[in-house]
Amino acid sequence: MANRSLYLKLLSAVIIFGAWEIAGRIPVSYAFPTFIDSMVALFKLAADGTLFVAYAETLKPLVVGVAISTVLGIGLGIWIGLSKIFDWLFSPIFIVMQSAPLAALIPLLVMAYGIGLTSKVFVVCIMAMPVIVLNTSAAVRHTPVSMKDMCRSFMGSRLDMLFKIIIPAASPLIFSGLRLGVSAGFIGAILSELKITPTGVGDIITFSRSIADYPSMYAAIFSIIVLAVLFLNLLERAEQLLFKGNDRGYVSD
Amino acid sequence: MIVFGYRLPAMASLILWGLLWELVGWMELTFFIPPLSEVLVTLFEIIGTPPFLKALSETAYAFSMGVFFAVGIGVPVGILMGRSRLLDELLLPWVNVFLSAPLTALVPVLMVLFGFGMKSIIITTTLFAIWIIILNARTGVRQINRSLVEMAQSFGASPMDAFFKIYFWAALPEILGGVRIGIIRAVKGVIIGQLLISIAGFGALFELYSSNFLMAHFWAILIVLFAMAFSISEFMAYLERKVSYYAANR
Amino acid sequence: MAMSQIKPVLTSTETAQTDIAVSVRNISKNYGAVEALKDLTLDFPRGQLTSLLGPSGCGKTTLLKIIAGLLKPSSGEVEVNGKPVVGPGPNRAFVFQDFALLPWATVMRNVAFGLELRGVAKSEREDVAAKYIRDVGLAGFENSYPHELSGGMRQRVGLARALSVDAKVLLMDEPFSAVDEQTRRKFQEDLLGLVQNENKTFIFVTHSIEEAVYVSDQIAILLPRPSRVSEIIRPTGFRNKPMDQIRRDPEYLDIVDDIWASLRSYVE
Repeated sequence: MANRSLYLKLLSAVIIFGAWEIAGRIPVSYAFPTFIDSMVALFKLAADGTLFVAYAETLKPLVVGVAISTVLGIGLGIWIGLSKIFDWLFSPIFIVMQSAPLAALIPLLVMAYGIGLTSKVFVVCIMAMPVIVLNTSAAVRHTPVSMKDMCRSFMGSRLDMLFKIIIPAASPLIFSGLRLGVSAGFIGAILSELKITPTGVGDIITFSRSIADYPSMYAAIFSIIVLAVLFLNLLERAEQLLFKGNDRGYVSD
Repeated sequence: MIVFGYRLPAMASLILWGLLWELVGWMELTFFIPPLSEVLVTLFEIIGTPPFLKALSETAYAFSMGVFFAVGIGVPVGILMGRSRLLDELLLPWVNVFLSAPLTALVPVLMVLFGFGMKSIIITTTLFAIWIIILNARTGVRQINRSLVEMAQSFGASPMDAFFKIYFWAALPEILGGVRIGIIRAVKGVIIGQLLISIAGFGALFELYSSNFLMAHFWAILIVLFAMAFSISEFMAYLERKVSYYAANR
Repeated sequence: MAMSQIKPVLTSTETAQTDIAVSVRNISKNYGAVEALKDLTLDFPRGQLTSLLGPSGCGKTTLLKIIAGLLKPSSGEVEVNGKPVVGPGPNRAFVFQDFALLPWATVMRNVAFGLELRGVAKSEREDVAAKYIRDVGLAGFENSYPHELSGGMRQRVGLARALSVDAKVLLMDEPFSAVDEQTRRKFQEDLLGLVQNENKTFIFVTHSIEEAVYVSDQIAILLPRPSRVSEIIRPTGFRNKPMDQIRRDPEYLDIVDDIWASLRSYVE
């Protein structure tokens, strides 16, 4: 059974990459390189180190932005979840932010903070924070009542309630909010590179496009997608590992 | 929340934030934040003007076409994936890849392949929306209660009847949920597409206003955009609620 | 299961002058316009098990939570051992219907949790917890997690936790309703043993008539709308019989039938 699933996954990869190769040979468009050409370009970029230097540059705003969003987002989310007043004050902002196309704010940020690291970090933050805050506050608010009652019945203090009941119970949802936040942060990082100033991987993309080196351009894009997908999958595995069984222990099945 | 015994509506704090905005703008703390009142006045000024209407119609066109394709292709694909194990195993890995991939990275490819025009924007929009629609349609079909299927079989329903009278409605809440999220993503897609391709729709307007430092104009269309995105998502949520009264008992 | 057999008990079965552990006086509880409890008065004798029995909506869990100090009554007083109740206290322990275990903690930590919240040192509370884990028959499962246990085992963890804090009054909110029938019967038998051997007062909420008559020294029948105590029954004759003969005792069967007759009109 596991073999069949693996076999089919490989088959589907072969089909898609094969289609890419064929489309490139027809060619579908002068700007559509073959799969093999793109992979060769990818290998070249990796071999001479350009790729890694570029990623170091690209990951800077991403890592900083995600770190800030995590700390601020979880803190704010817990506060909003615990306090009705804060909930009333801040939830609407984040709800609007979540459904709104925040990318529209990028030109504004560029105007205000220039084209350096600051505005890129800002972009990552505004993309990542809403989902982190909303997930955290929802998790805190939905702490099972009987667990809170249990803590009170055994005379737990308010601190006990927060650190021994509410936060551990909310952890799975907080973590999945983090995962969504990282995913949004990725989009923010790439957007800011393509739109604000080309640095890092965004630079490889825009530069190769300008000199019609399409294999390199596609290679760079391919690498971003692979990286993002791998990383997010890793987070998902970690989530399953850390929290297995967490939602099944306290309700009668 | 309750203040002095009066229940305040949930989104009312936005009024408070609006007042804060007005204050900050009035105090001229920063060039980039004009008073809310000035923004609102500008908003009403430009709503009827040709550039605005042109941007609006271009955006609306790209958005609706994008959503049309996303739903038109996504829902059937999702349903087929839910019903055919082979298709599911072949396609699901890719759906998951593109769900979590930063689709923004694909826009340069689209620009190169399809040019700088409306076509690329529509395709961007479709790409942003389609994956979650596929996934939810698939889930909707897969979670149809086994008893409903057995019930249909035991009463001898024809395949057409079974699909249109039972399965479709049983899967509908989930499908609608996917369409709602897809539409929200489509809004982001159409904006990102316009921002990166920027010669059409609101993207062009943003460029125009920012390069001429017309802050009030800039915020005005930003508000229009946010308001539209928000109302669309609320409308979808309303539709979903209407259908989901039976969803909990599926 | 390591719980001891029932010892033959020489209690007097008259209701004369038994020591009252918990007393509830004129308790009312309103939720807006809804009267969950109205002017309820009831005594709970020390060392005995009193059931609160009634159809759903009659306020029995509300009353239990008021006694526990988890809810505040709209009016009236509750006294435990002569002292008024203002909130949760060390003299009462609660067993929850849905177990209320920490899913991320081991059985040992869960059982010791009540003591942990009271600031008892780790080694000391783990010793106490280990004893009660053995007593409820979960020896060997100290390092297991709740999701690895069956429903019945999880409730035993909840029970061990409540016993560990050595409260004089044990409050049980439909503790056996979330487990299967066979486990439930076993629990009822074990509960009889527990009442005999521990010198505690038990207040037990249930909607099962057979369960109430089987385990209780005193049954308070609550009726809804408005919530009131309609009757107090003290099963006498079969309290001393061996466990497996109680369900065939004529008095047991009569009481069950009588209660059903008076309750059936309240079933929706």
